[in-house]
Amino acid sequence: MTSNAPRAVLADHNVSVGRAMWAVVRRDLRSSFRQRQDLLNPLLFFFMVVTLFPLGVSPEVSFLQQAGTGILWVAALLSTLLSLDHLYRHDFDDGTLEQMVLQPHPLFLLVLAKSLAHWLLTGLPLVILAPVLGIMLHLEGNSIAVLCLTLLIGTPVLSLIGAIGAALTLGLRAGGVLLSLLIIPLYIPVLIFGTGTVAAATEGAAVEGYLALMAAFLVLALTLAPFAGAAALRISLSNS
Amino acid sequence: MTEPLLQAVDLQCERDNRILFQGLGVSIAPGSITRVEGPNGAGKTTLLRILAGLNDSYTGDIRWLGAPRHHQLEQFLRNLLYIGHRPGIKPLLTPLENLRALTAVRRPLADATLRQALDGTGLHGYHDVPCRQLSAGQQRRVALARLLISDEPLWILDEAFTALDSHGVEGLEQLLVQHAEQGGAVLVTTHHHLDLPGMIRLRLGRGGHNDDQ
Repeated sequence: MTSNAPRAVLADHNVSVGRAMWAVVRRDLRSSFRQRQDLLNPLLFFFMVVTLFPLGVSPEVSFLQQAGTGILWVAALLSTLLSLDHLYRHDFDDGTLEQMVLQPHPLFLLVLAKSLAHWLLTGLPLVILAPVLGIMLHLEGNSIAVLCLTLLIGTPVLSLIGAIGAALTLGLRAGGVLLSLLIIPLYIPVLIFGTGTVAAATEGAAVEGYLALMAAFLVLALTLAPFAGAAALRISLSNS
Repeated sequence: MTEPLLQAVDLQCERDNRILFQGLGVSIAPGSITRVEGPNGAGKTTLLRILAGLNDSYTGDIRWLGAPRHHQLEQFLRNLLYIGHRPGIKPLLTPLENLRALTAVRRPLADATLRQALDGTGLHGYHDVPCRQLSAGQQRRVALARLLISDEPLWILDEAFTALDSHGVEGLEQLLVQHAEQGGAVLVTTHHHLDLPGMIRLRLGRGGHNDDQ
């Protein structure tokens, strides 16, 4: 090495975390809209499961009114589960995930951005589609409103918790099956309180307490899930 | 002797009950180009991933500017440009969108600058074509366009020359030399014949050690 060895100039760029998160969300939305069938799959699944119940079980109004919320919630849960495998898979395969981990930002915030993008692409369309299917299942106006509210609070929880499972099963070949086994137990409380809230509303009972509990789930998931997801991502990438 | 940017001391990595390397010392000084060599499976990629901070399954000490890397991870990452075997190019997005997404999280640049960088890697006229319609070499060039607009001093490039034509290889070699002259440091693996002036060789596979220590 020469005596007048060069000195490195350190990079001094600094992007705010908010802008970095926004960049992650935008990239996900953009590439998803380029591949619309991935976007439509969970929605179509949701729609089909719900329409098959009246045909397969009973088209009676009394049955549908009683079982409708349960059907809608279970279908929403399963179609979220169906879409989870895609959350990191493409990013993992093309190396985008490695780049994400190497950004000079806290990884959990970028994981939060990924979860948000996932919810915007799957959870939100489900919430929007739910009233139409609710009418089809002869649910009452009040029940439909409460149902949508529970889905609006509940589906982000599903995305956030799901992101942990998706990150953990990333490097595995049979990841899809394991992902379901890991995640479904964690989804059950959300399902119970989601349908419970609507049942209470149908009986005319107060639902504020139920909704508060669901909101507590959301806050808990928002604050804890990104940390677990970030740690899981590091482990999966480290072993790949 | 200037202080090394990145330094690894007594590095050991074990994979599938096989020791890939042990007692390995790596020192990457400003202005240096280091090439990691070794047969397939010698652990070149693993070493690069460990040094970049992607792989945690090692023992040993990694220092950035003389202090433990994990104490200043954010500063380290801000000064590192890593282009892996899978370069982080989304096939559904166009080269411009890819470059924009990759830079927006680090240092947002004007579209004109990004287009200039794409032109500089020979992608003129392909800015707005989805990357999946490009050839493997062209996709590689999209990733390498990041080097043209990089202000990070440390470049870690895994299999950087893969799929490039002779013209592209020449351009990249020039870029690496230029980066080193400006005080940057390059760590690279390649199966391509690479012999740059002053290049340091780090051989893995036989109880590797840094030749230039």
